[in-house]
Amino acid sequence: MRPCAALLALAALASPAPAQEVVTGISTENIALTADFTGSEVLVFGAIRRDAPIPVGEDPIDIVITLQGPPLTVLVRRKERRFGIWLNAEEVRVRHAPSYYAIATTRPLDGILSETERLRWQIGLDQAVRRVAAHPTIADTADFSEAMVRLRLENGLFVDAEGAVSLAEETLFQARFNLPTNIVEGGYSAEYFLVRDREIISSGAIAVTVQKAGIERWLYNLSQTRPLAYGLLSVALALAAGWLAAAGVRLARR
Amino acid sequence: MQIYLPIAEISVNVFVLLGIGGMVGVISGLFGVGGGFILTPLLFFIGIPPAVAVASAANQIAGSSFSALLVHLRRKTVDVRMGGVLLAGGVLGSAGGVQIYSELREAGQFELAVSLLYVFLLGTIGVLMLNESLRAMRRRGDPNALLMPRKRHTWAQGLPLKMRFRTSQLYVSAIPPFVIGFVVGVLAAIMGVGGGFIMVPAMIYLIGMPTKVVIGTSLFQFLFVTGFTTVLQAVQNKSVDVLLSLLLLVGGVIGAQVGANFATRLRAEQLRIGLAVLVILVGFRLLLDLVIEPDELYSIAPRR
Repeated sequence: MRPCAALLALAALASPAPAQEVVTGISTENIALTADFTGSEVLVFGAIRRDAPIPVGEDPIDIVITLQGPPLTVLVRRKERRFGIWLNAEEVRVRHAPSYYAIATTRPLDGILSETERLRWQIGLDQAVRRVAAHPTIADTADFSEAMVRLRLENGLFVDAEGAVSLAEETLFQARFNLPTNIVEGGYSAEYFLVRDREIISSGAIAVTVQKAGIERWLYNLSQTRPLAYGLLSVALALAAGWLAAAGVRLARR
Repeated sequence: MQIYLPIAEISVNVFVLLGIGGMVGVISGLFGVGGGFILTPLLFFIGIPPAVAVASAANQIAGSSFSALLVHLRRKTVDVRMGGVLLAGGVLGSAGGVQIYSELREAGQFELAVSLLYVFLLGTIGVLMLNESLRAMRRRGDPNALLMPRKRHTWAQGLPLKMRFRTSQLYVSAIPPFVIGFVVGVLAAIMGVGGGFIMVPAMIYLIGMPTKVVIGTSLFQFLFVTGFTTVLQAVQNKSVDVLLSLLLLVGGVIGAQVGANFATRLRAEQLRIGLAVLVILVGFRLLLDLVIEPDELYSIAPRR
């Protein structure tokens, strides 16, 4: 494990209204993914600055943090029974769905944020797969996008972590995201939203670079960028390993 | 101990892979078959995506046939000229197979096609083997029963484009070996098998090659065709997982030694019945997966 800890700090400059809370800094630490690892953790944390002490009786503040991976266009396929066997019969394209999408909140999302605000800011798992291509013959494309969310949740690429943001003294907040090993490398974006009275009062984003480390990242990148070299290397390694293993067995027998 | 396979994009226990490689190695050592036809379905069962399993199995076969081929070359039991003709067909077949593979994958039907092929193949091999070994068991006690007449003249002798194959002491048409090589090449690309189960009988009964050069010559063809298939799969489909291949290979070579040791001590017919039953069970399991309604009807594929 080579912890390539990157500490990024970014001041959220936007302050929408006076005397309101502003996030003064948000940071992440990321750890590169390696083979002996089953995943890695990204910690997003920040602090809220207040110009005045917390007024008594004011509604508490809530925080929503999302972490999104690079967008991908994917095909969602559905099996149907034809000629007695189950085969992929229909497919729907979902454009620019984040390859990873995690949402963490201080409390259940529908309790702290109004639906209109949620849709306006495109927060939530359903919003991650909203760009479903229309299909001439498939009427129930919504089933496909729901299935995509379900499958992604199952393999850990989508995460719904209600209550996973910890907020101390209404000032310091943090959330941990466990990234599975099968994530896509690249530019991730961590966004935070400050919520009060079911409305978003402040928001911002920072970029996080997620990289896989070690030999398997090197192999993967080689297979994508120089496939011929990768193919030749694979064969050469297989021949060498086959020969060595056989030679080893012969030696062991003597 | 979990290891992350970079192309298959899943974490698998190293010992599971070594175990599968070893088990297939034992089978190949016991029966003198490559075992690709049992290896690839086992990879499906542990959750390796079929497309990656098939391409990586081809790479594994290239590695496992190499050291065996060296032994045969030393013993001069390789008909290089015949191997060359088989190989010419094999390379063409492999190129065609990789193309078919890409198109099936794009259409989302690769899994279906490969499962159907395996059900058919395993069912046929299993039933034939079971039948053959049951007959052999009944024949036991009759010492003459095993003396099978080898036909030197087959219908293949009548075809044009005759070539002289010195090592095999044959003067036959190049068309049958070319066609056999082609078929085996297609299977290598689509199913991730060496294809010995087709090639070996065809070489003996169709071409009429002497048994002593059959194994060496088919290893020659496997090595180059699966090597070629690996490179093509890597270039065109990016589906070769070299870590997967290497782990299977190491398990396989060790397993093959164990199997070869056992083979001298155990009774052949009973072993063969065991293998036949195993082959039928694997085929049946694949068939069940096709027929029973799956728990999850939806799947996600990256658009390439």
